[in-house]
Amino acid sequence: MSEEKRDHSQARTILATDCGSTTTKAILIQLIDGEYRQTHRGEAPTTVEAPFEDVTRGVLNAVREVEELADRQILDEDQIIRPAAGDKGVDIYISTSSAGGGLQMMVAGVVKSMTGESAERAALGAGAIVMDVLASNDGRLPHEKISRIRQLRPDMILLSGGIDGGTISHVVELAEILHAANPRPRLGLGYQLPVIYAGNRDARQTIWETLSNTTDLTVVDNIRPVLERENLTPSRDKIHDLFMEHVMAQAPGYKKLMSWTDAPIMPTPGAVGAIIQTVASHYGITVVGVDIGGATTDIFSVFEDTFNRTVSANLGMSYSVCNVLAEATLPNVLRWVPLAMDEAELMNRIGNKMIRPTTIPQALEELQIEQAIAREALRLSFIQHKQFAVGLKGVQKERTISDAFDQSASGATLVDMMALDLLVGSGGVLSHAPRRHQAARMLIDAFLPEGITRLAVDSIFMMPQLGVLSMVNEKAATEVFEKDCLIHLGTCIAPVGPAKKGRKVLDAKLILPDGTVVERELTQGEMFLVPATYEQPVKAVLKPAKGLDLGGGKGHEIETELYGGVVGLIFDGRGRQPFVLPEEPAERVAKLRAWSEATEEYVASPQPAAS
Amino acid sequence: MAHAYTPGLKVLRETKIQKIRLLPLKGKLRVQAGDEVTPHKVVAATELPGNVQMVNVAGQINIDPTDVGDCMLKTEGEAVKRGEPLARSKGIFGLFKSTLDSPADGTVESISSVTGQVVLREAPIPVQVDAYIQGKVIEELPEEGVVVETTGTFIQGIFGIGGERQGEIKVIVSGPGEKLDPGAMDASCRGKVLIAGSFCSLAAFRRAMELEVAGIIVGGFNYEDLKPILGFDLGVAITGGEQIPTTLVVTEGFGTIAMAHRTFDLLSRHAGKVASINGATQIRAGVIRPEVIIPLTGSELEGIDAHVDSKLGIEDGSLVRVIRAPHFGVLGRVRSLPPELREMESGTLVRVAEVELDDGTMTLLPRANLEMVETD
Repeated sequence: MSEEKRDHSQARTILATDCGSTTTKAILIQLIDGEYRQTHRGEAPTTVEAPFEDVTRGVLNAVREVEELADRQILDEDQIIRPAAGDKGVDIYISTSSAGGGLQMMVAGVVKSMTGESAERAALGAGAIVMDVLASNDGRLPHEKISRIRQLRPDMILLSGGIDGGTISHVVELAEILHAANPRPRLGLGYQLPVIYAGNRDARQTIWETLSNTTDLTVVDNIRPVLERENLTPSRDKIHDLFMEHVMAQAPGYKKLMSWTDAPIMPTPGAVGAIIQTVASHYGITVVGVDIGGATTDIFSVFEDTFNRTVSANLGMSYSVCNVLAEATLPNVLRWVPLAMDEAELMNRIGNKMIRPTTIPQALEELQIEQAIAREALRLSFIQHKQFAVGLKGVQKERTISDAFDQSASGATLVDMMALDLLVGSGGVLSHAPRRHQAARMLIDAFLPEGITRLAVDSIFMMPQLGVLSMVNEKAATEVFEKDCLIHLGTCIAPVGPAKKGRKVLDAKLILPDGTVVERELTQGEMFLVPATYEQPVKAVLKPAKGLDLGGGKGHEIETELYGGVVGLIFDGRGRQPFVLPEEPAERVAKLRAWSEATEEYVASPQPAAS
Repeated sequence: MAHAYTPGLKVLRETKIQKIRLLPLKGKLRVQAGDEVTPHKVVAATELPGNVQMVNVAGQINIDPTDVGDCMLKTEGEAVKRGEPLARSKGIFGLFKSTLDSPADGTVESISSVTGQVVLREAPIPVQVDAYIQGKVIEELPEEGVVVETTGTFIQGIFGIGGERQGEIKVIVSGPGEKLDPGAMDASCRGKVLIAGSFCSLAAFRRAMELEVAGIIVGGFNYEDLKPILGFDLGVAITGGEQIPTTLVVTEGFGTIAMAHRTFDLLSRHAGKVASINGATQIRAGVIRPEVIIPLTGSELEGIDAHVDSKLGIEDGSLVRVIRAPHFGVLGRVRSLPPELREMESGTLVRVAEVELDDGTMTLLPRANLEMVETD
């Protein structure tokens, strides 16, 4: 970090970069008429690849683009000019990073669904990719665990297990397995692997004796001091520290980058999580956020005031695009493609995207294929998130007689799509979709929001930078988030429940801001769009058909205000629970085209001519 | 002059090539700086710690974990043979003793009085690293490995499978646009590196593996054909560890794509020479591309140093290859780099380059869809 300490609250010009696995993005934030606004943005390919092998090269290229667009000198050769003087330089420079594969961790706990899960939550919350969860009861024999640890070579390991004062033998056994494996870090040959111990405090001495010679051991407070409570903060903070000290310091060019920044470099997902939590608490709403990148897809949610993050390590749009194909299977990708395609040809195209990850869809057909894959990557990631975002397991609950009829056990998912207020999308394929309508459709098709749900996207994918900015200048982060980052797409209205094809599922009476009354029926299998803005919400009376629910109960009418946006109000009658696409190819393609047209998804532009 | 950063693959006629040959763990060097080495010469060796067996002594002879130390018949660091008594319980009044025999040959590494487990370490596993290319050791990395240098032809592929191999180059097609015919391969191809035009089918690759062909260098390959060879869907491009007898280096991409003329001509020129090839590909976290290295010596050297300035990106006049549909695989020359964003057919706004394609047509293409062809 930059040694000179300055008062960041007085900053007038802020430069922030995010070094993604594919692209390095730079944004410029300036104080204009007393408020912070994001003014310019530049991007360049990330340069971890030979011949550069130096992440700062991509940073400088992205900043140079900002310089050109802003007509402001920021660089003096290869140095960022700081502090700003007149129309040169910037006051703050900060960065996030997920390049070089991000932070890859293994976690261990005694019981997989209890301390193992708590350790996983701590690692994910800190922005890590969890490669594996070791547990005493994970069904693997010790030698299998040992060979797994050796094979994976994580960046660091978080070891937890046992409540304070409980039995120590199980967690010590895990430590003995770690010791026997003698794991090596992924980067750097001569370094000891960082291990954080966050388990039963009574075992600390024995753990120290077992592991301190072979690993770089750090001890923090127990992650699960009692069964009913998690204490994730000390572990998360330590993961951040070690990420900077060990992992970043080993990645090409990062030592230099760390010396430039005014705040510690944050792992990108950690920064996005910080911003999502801010939104949920600021507006008092339930939120699901998604960041779909080149290598991974992160999902964040806040339900019942509980923050959860999951990362689907190999579901992304470039490096791991073929893994989406492998996990989703070809028919599931093809079901979103509104054209007939040869399967081998489609697979080759997707394969070529994997080996040349920085390319851009030039033809409309290529864009449609990418957006079909994105739907599946998002859908699969969300399934994983719902399975992970659960209440604490193993907690005894007091039950009344009425609870006896409720089948939910401890550890049920917290994600309730009917209760979801806001769905926010981020990441190249959503933020850079040529039309915002496409982003809205991808979010709806993948997440299948139920009832009434607002949709938004990160305008130009700046949530990571704002997350880290909130650590040094919260005012700037909040102002830019509200004014420049979040683009309100509109609201999705989707009745839940089974209905026959072509049957009426909803009566909608909309009172538009100019007083016009619009009455429409939504039938099963139909979508339609009503233009509306975010600034002037539409008064609505919505009556779902018998047996269908919009949030007020089956068949119950709802009176509410619907917020529009750059897309508008999207009425989705395709069904929820169940949502079914036609299986017959010609019918499916016809339906996809009809929905596309109804929601103004694709409007082909003519190929530009060369001069 | 306008200029933009675009990554490209190297196709160099003559250049200095350095390969760092590292051990997975610290060990001993077998060569010194200045030594001339052949590809199979072992340059460094070490021993990986042996496999570990965790033996639940307390559980198996029914004693308390705290008593395990007293019941052990072997101490930490002591060797033990499979079937040899490892621990014996005290029994009741010296009677009813239980004995536990060692499940494997090894050394007692640790005895835990907390869990009652004993860790047995089996014999170490020797690991050797060879020189991979013919050349000279120019640097010793103490206890870790060496740097071997050679001068020769260096060609990077875009994707590959299979590890390091050497073999004599044999051109098996009549031109870069011809597909590899499985019937064209016979026993004379064993141990050779075949240069194979625009496409290698699954049948052709299987035939090559049967014949123990060392490697195939080809323009295109079908993505769907990887699964039958690897046994799983390749989700992320991290390869090199496959246990297959033939290494594959794809120079252009997935599909049927003629090998670039320049690459084909260069490889053809070296027919009969020995090449070192590696299919290892990693498109994340420190990119690794597959490679073909043909060391040159004596009169074969022309004395040119084709070191390419790595800061250079594309600019007016650069030779580029289009790497995405609709002109995938076509070569062209950059005519201008307009600074403003332009809208493509997909609606995407991008920075573009004006490119004159091989057939003379001028077109605007996203800069991100161009790959610089680095030439010497």
